[in-house]
Amino acid sequence: MSSASFGTANEDNAHLSRNESKAVRRRSLTLLGSLIRPVRARFWLTIGAVVLSQAARVAGPALIAFGIDHALPAVRAGDSLPLVFAGVAYLAAAVVAAGLTALYVTWTARLSQAMLLDLRVRVFRHTQRLSLEFHEKYTSGRIIARQTSDLEALRELLDSGVSSLASGMLFMAFTAVTVFALDWRTGVLVLAAGVPMYFLARWYQKHSQIAFRESRVVSARLIVHFVETMTGIRAVKAFRKERENAARYAELSEDYRRATVRSINLNGIFQPGLVLIGNVCVALVLLTGGFRVLSGGLEVGVLLALILSTKRFFQPVDQMAMFYNSFQSAQAALEKVSGLLEEIPTVRPPKTPAALPHAQGSIDFNGVEFRYGDGPVVIPRLDLHIPAGQTVALVGQTGAGKSTLAKLIARFYDVSAGSLTLDGVDLRQLTTEDLRRNVVMVTQEAFLFSGSVADNIALGRPEASREEIEDAARAVGAHAFIMELPDGYDTDVNKRGGRVSAGQRQLISFARAFLARPAVLILDEATSSLDIPSERMVQQGLAGLLRGTRETGTRETGTRETGTRETGTRETGTRETGTREGGTRDAAGGLPAADAASGPDAAPAAGRTALIIAHRLSTVETADRVLVVHDGRVVEDGTPAQLIGDGGAFARLHGAWKDSLV
Amino acid sequence: MAKQSSFFTSISRLYPHVRPILPRLVMGLLCALLASVMALAIPQVLRVLVNESLKPGGSADAVWGASLLILALGIAEAGLVALRRQFVINPATTVETRMRVSLYGHLQGLTVSFHDRWGSGQLLSRAMTDLNFLRRWMAFGAIMLVVTTLTVVIGVVVMFSMSWQLALIFLAAAVPIMIYGFRFRTRFSKVARRSQDQAGDLATTVEESVHGIRVLKAFGRSREALENFNEQAEELRQTEIAKAKHLATFSLVVTLLPELALGVGLVVGILLASTDQLSIGSLVAFFATAAVVAAPVEFCGMLLAMALTAKSAVDRHFEVMDAQNTITSPDQPRRPAGLKGALSFRNASFAFEDAPDKPILKNITLDIRPGETMALVGITGGGKSALLQLVPRLYDVTGGSITIDGVDLREFGVEDLRTAVAVAFEDTTLFSSSVRDNVLLGAPDPGSAEGRDAALEEALDVAQAHFAYSLPHGVDTLIGEEGLSLSGGQRQRIALARAIAAKPAVLVLDDPLSALDVNTEVLVEARLRQVLADTTTLIVAHRPSTVALADRVALLEDGRIAAVGTHAELLAQNSHYRYVIASLDAEPRDLDSELSALEDQSEEISR
Ligand SMILES: Nc1ncnc2c1ncn2[C@@H]1O[C@H](COP(=O)(O)OP(=O)(O)OP(=O)(O)O)[C@@H](O)[C@H]1O
Ligand SMILES: Nc1ncnc2c1ncn2[C@@H]1O[C@H](COP(=O)(O)OP(=O)(O)OP(=O)(O)O)[C@@H](O)[C@H]1O
Ligand SMILES: [Mg+2]
Ligand SMILES: [Mg+2]
Repeated sequence: MSSASFGTANEDNAHLSRNESKAVRRRSLTLLGSLIRPVRARFWLTIGAVVLSQAARVAGPALIAFGIDHALPAVRAGDSLPLVFAGVAYLAAAVVAAGLTALYVTWTARLSQAMLLDLRVRVFRHTQRLSLEFHEKYTSGRIIARQTSDLEALRELLDSGVSSLASGMLFMAFTAVTVFALDWRTGVLVLAAGVPMYFLARWYQKHSQIAFRESRVVSARLIVHFVETMTGIRAVKAFRKERENAARYAELSEDYRRATVRSINLNGIFQPGLVLIGNVCVALVLLTGGFRVLSGGLEVGVLLALILSTKRFFQPVDQMAMFYNSFQSAQAALEKVSGLLEEIPTVRPPKTPAALPHAQGSIDFNGVEFRYGDGPVVIPRLDLHIPAGQTVALVGQTGAGKSTLAKLIARFYDVSAGSLTLDGVDLRQLTTEDLRRNVVMVTQEAFLFSGSVADNIALGRPEASREEIEDAARAVGAHAFIMELPDGYDTDVNKRGGRVSAGQRQLISFARAFLARPAVLILDEATSSLDIPSERMVQQGLAGLLRGTRETGTRETGTRETGTRETGTRETGTRETGTREGGTRDAAGGLPAADAASGPDAAPAAGRTALIIAHRLSTVETADRVLVVHDGRVVEDGTPAQLIGDGGAFARLHGAWKDSLV
Repeated sequence: MAKQSSFFTSISRLYPHVRPILPRLVMGLLCALLASVMALAIPQVLRVLVNESLKPGGSADAVWGASLLILALGIAEAGLVALRRQFVINPATTVETRMRVSLYGHLQGLTVSFHDRWGSGQLLSRAMTDLNFLRRWMAFGAIMLVVTTLTVVIGVVVMFSMSWQLALIFLAAAVPIMIYGFRFRTRFSKVARRSQDQAGDLATTVEESVHGIRVLKAFGRSREALENFNEQAEELRQTEIAKAKHLATFSLVVTLLPELALGVGLVVGILLASTDQLSIGSLVAFFATAAVVAAPVEFCGMLLAMALTAKSAVDRHFEVMDAQNTITSPDQPRRPAGLKGALSFRNASFAFEDAPDKPILKNITLDIRPGETMALVGITGGGKSALLQLVPRLYDVTGGSITIDGVDLREFGVEDLRTAVAVAFEDTTLFSSSVRDNVLLGAPDPGSAEGRDAALEEALDVAQAHFAYSLPHGVDTLIGEEGLSLSGGQRQRIALARAIAAKPAVLVLDDPLSALDVNTEVLVEARLRQVLADTTTLIVAHRPSTVALADRVALLEDGRIAAVGTHAELLAQNSHYRYVIASLDAEPRDLDSELSALEDQSEEISR
């Protein structure tokens, strides 16, 4: 039963069955408990401060009474000592009360902020851990909803709840004691009011739970829609989706409003209900007490005191109702958050990792099968060996499964069957650090984070110096344009890199990979948006990187315009291709030793293993080996020259491509 | 940060939104006042009742009467509390919703350059957190502020009536409170604003970390992302604590000073009473009233903080609402009689907002005849995409003009223009709905379901996106956020199909075939050529294969159109063109044998 609402599976449903409801509530409370545990000392301290400040406050009226009852006659009698005492004590009580109030206001904030920070970071860390499979279904908007509006609900509870609850309880306890001390029968009557209150609270809990859940669900929807519109604003405008969007958003907002009103209205019954019960109780005390006074069983003065105390007893009920309200709201929010935290990444780090500090870069697919989730099989069974240092090109029709293969090597997803090994170690046995140090992928979507160009490149290796960053940019031919940006490497690229052009984005992502210098480099259409001269530049840089040398890296220092010297470039390019093919032959036999100039963490022995996916076959021509993928199967495998000679699919592709040039 | 406006200037901007619900807010206020009066009255009434009518041996009727009276008052109190909510909640949420919807509408209208600058987290926090807070303030904070202020004022008046000397002492405490209040106001506003902004930035970071999760995973940088997030969250925490400290100091002042005054008052009062300048009854009554007044005074700190936070929420809201939408329809939109689609650039220049003195495009003059296909070629970062985005007016030219059939783009209704022009962007922006909805997003409504299906089928066919039918639920398959559950080429073809399905007069394609393999490209081009025959098309090309679609080619160099001509002409005459587009021929070409094979087999491979 509870498995149906495990994690985020049943997130959009506000009307849960009894058992499910119980399960998610428990989950949510457990989360709350785990948030409090690390700060429990501070929690009790804060409560202590609240209690003490209340006590100091109670001292005030007592001192006034003392002043009037004792100090005044004493002054009249010429003894001013009690007066001095009363005055000083009153001032001291005021100072203590005010000081403690200030203290608990700050402490409450510290407490609630510590818990919020904890939860924020937990959610963030967890979402980073979750696999892509999850993210594809869940959408970023929901995660933002969890991180913003759900946390906001918790914050409300923490900010207002703790002190009002503590002071309210204390106040009620004190007053109850007073009432009992005066007359136990009235005390029982007052406590009896707890029964209808309990049932009212139960009723409120049952209904508000649904209302708050609904409100969480709807607000998440609202946020998802909002985020999607703002990220896709260009397309929204270009295709005039505004009106439709506005209608949808108005509808969602109205749903949200209704859910909010429903929850507030429930509270609007709950809270006056409690007040009413309290007031009825006061009337009852008056009634029963009144008859006892008539029969002489009770003194009038005591009755008055009893009634006033009873009245006072129910005063904090208001605050308690407010607390319960925010508690319900926060609980509903935490139900969602805890669901997200409960999700288990499908791609998990190993329990007993195998160490692989310096991979050679040989990759093996052993009977690999893969499907996305429970979708159709994308890769039907694949056996493939890629020796270390080899440059492999993957070609094939769109949707053939090239990116999927690449993503498997980068362990974005785990294979559904079979195994995938790096240097003979199953990828599932590698720690994330080892894996990411050795395997880096430039994805088909060049995503830049807002922040400077340098920051974006440094993502490849955060400890890189500015010089290294610039070298990487130079190597891929990005240096020239970066220097032309208003602040050079410190220019903010805006959200999603909107400040730079699509090709420039690709260059920057490429520089990232260049800086990372992994043993296995995967490039998924990394040059698709580049013009031909830039592509050529990237290829040169790549060739240098793959051989583990830097000689080509520094070549591009001049501006682009050198390229206009037609023949010069042509020659360079030709030479480049030639060298590369020489490399191929070497690779087929013993691999060439790495250049001494290679960086500290360059791949050992041979150059790097590279997996290049490209539709523009200029890149492919320079590869050691070409794999033609069709429907997830490798249908051709050989050196470019062989395949062209064989006249198969690659030869046809290659022919068509050649034909398309100039 | 924006300069601080005064509290009332900011809050008064809410007036137009609040005006319709003002009567109900006032009713709510009255209920709140009555309820607090009632709460104060009940003890007094009790005292009178108990003292007057209850004595041993008295009549049972008096007990019943008194109890019923108290019961009635109690019911009235609870009723008033309920009534206040009833009056206020619904209208306040209506205002909130209306403001939210208008914010969203305004945001959708704002220019792309605005959105380039603003992270969506910032916008989101304005739409959700800020407005939620404003609602709560309107329904509760503002009303309570008025109620408490009134209570305090009335209380002080009553205190004066009991003993002017003591009341003066009490009032003296108000002076430093007021002075401190001003300082508190400026400081707290600043921190409140900072915390709201930081919360928005934090949301932006979350958004980016999720959208960029592939990159973070690919480079194993989750830890760095976490550290960065942690740092930001920590800053927010610090700000919140700073905020709490300001509030704490203010609460300290607000609770301490009146109490100190009362302490002094106690001494002075007893001295006065001892010399009979003050009756003991007045002394007792004075302190009873002071106790009633002290609670609201303390409450003031919280309410004031709430009001100040509400003020900066209003500021943030209007910061966005005040942003001008510069790309709007003219008052009297024009439309060419029959849209033929002659697209002309007349001396058009364009500079991005952040670098107005460095135009990306300079004096572009280019004529594209109706039905013609023009390729636009230029180096990476040359301004091709910028030029294309001028056509549907995602950006406005900063000089010169662009016309369709002789009518300046700025004279079209924006919606008309965007109906006439369809775009396929270089980075495909798909929405997380079905393939069908994505493709038919901008399509004219054919009126019938069959018509829609036909339009869909045709668009998918032209873009060679037949794969859509074999997705798990066919064309009704939901594609993940931004279409990321499709392959790169599949995504691009859906986006191309979307542009084609819009059946525009002018089609603007930004490198639409970059993610396609050579065979598919050939197929798409073949079909596209038929469609483009009578659609004016401007297409950005990085490859000769794409250029092949075009009748003529325009070469963009240094922000100017350097040359216009056919591919062959430019290839022969223009060295920059050769540099940009010509690939290298490393080997002598021997294609004769392959060519004929290609014709028969390209079909087969694509299956
Ligand atoms: N995240 C995903 N969830 C479900 N299905 C997916 C996902 N990503 C890709 N697919 C499907 O898997 C198949 C292979 O996709 P893949 O991205 O590997 O193709 P590709 O060869 O890289 O194509 P392209 O050249 O267009 O990028 C496609 O049919 C695609 O729709
Ligand atoms: N929002 C922006 N603000 C300021 N400058 C920008 C902005 N967007 C792009 N640029 C700059 O304007 C220039 C032109 O960008 P544009 O995207 O038009 O290039 P492009 O020709 O389309 O390049 P590509 O072939 O890489 O797509 C680039 O140098 C880029 O850095
Ligand atoms: Mg792909
Ligand atoms: Mg572009």
